[in-house]
Amino acid sequence: MDTAARQAAPWLEWGVNFRREHLLRTYLLVLLFVALRSFGNLALAWGTKRLPETLSVHAAAYLWSMLDPFVAAGIVLLILSLFTRMALLSVADLSFVLPTTAVGYPLSAVLGWYFLKEQVSAEHWIATLLIFAGTALVGTTPRNTTPTEAVETEGAERAK
Amino acid sequence: MKWVLVGINIVATVASDLLQSHELKQAGEQSVGARGLVRLMRIIAARRYLILSIVFLAVSFFAFMALVQSAPLSFAVPASAGSFILETVLARLVLKERIGGRRAAGNLLVLAGILLLAR
Repeated sequence: MDTAARQAAPWLEWGVNFRREHLLRTYLLVLLFVALRSFGNLALAWGTKRLPETLSVHAAAYLWSMLDPFVAAGIVLLILSLFTRMALLSVADLSFVLPTTAVGYPLSAVLGWYFLKEQVSAEHWIATLLIFAGTALVGTTPRNTTPTEAVETEGAERAK
Repeated sequence: MKWVLVGINIVATVASDLLQSHELKQAGEQSVGARGLVRLMRIIAARRYLILSIVFLAVSFFAFMALVQSAPLSFAVPASAGSFILETVLARLVLKERIGGRRAAGNLLVLAGILLLAR
C-alpha cells in the first residue's frame, strides 16, 4: 500500500495487517492440528497393538486400555487436536480445513513406516505427492467464504 | 469387521464435522491459548449441537481405536478419510460454502491421493 493511501485512510493499513495476522494464525492452527493428530494416532496405534484384548469384541477393554501410557498419551494429544480443529473451524471453511489438514494422512503413513515398521510402497509416496499438490492448490483459495458474524463484529469494534 | 468399523467412523465423522463447522462459524473466532480454551469450553457447554457433535466424535473415535488395533495405521488413517468427498459436497449444500474450480480440483487431487493410500 502506498504512503498517500496510508495517510488518507489509516484503517486500510489496519485492515491489511488484520487479514495477514489472521491468515498466519490459520496456517499455524493447521500445522498444530496436523502434528497433534498424527502423533496422537501414532501413540494410540502403538498402545492398542500391545493390548491383549480385542477392543471391538470386549467393550470393557476400552476402559482398561486407557491405563496404557501410550493409549492415554494418544487420547490427550487427540483431545488437544480436537480443540485446535475447533479453533480452525471457527475461522475457516470446512471445505478449506479438510484438504489442508490432509497432509496428516501421508504423515501418518511415514510415522507408521518409521516407528511401527509398516510397509510403505511406491504408491504411498505418489499418493503423498498428490495430497501435497491438492493441499497447496486449496491453500491458494480464500479460507472463509461464508460470513462469520462474531468475527465481523470483533473487527468493526477493533477498527473503532 | 474392518469395513464395518470404517463405515461407523465415516458416518460419525461427517455428522460431527458438519455440526462443528456450522456451530463454530456462529460462535466466532476461537483460539487455543489458555484463555481461549476456557472460552471454547464455555461455548461447547452452551451449544447443544456442539455437544452432539462431540458425541458423534466419540463414536467415531471408539470405532477408530478398534480399527487401528486390528489394521495397519497406514490403512486406518486414509480409509477413515473416505468421508472427504461427502463432507465437501455437504459443505456446499448444507453450509453454503463456495467451492470454486481451484478448491474443487485441489479436493479431487487430495481424494485421489487418499484412495491410492487406502489401496
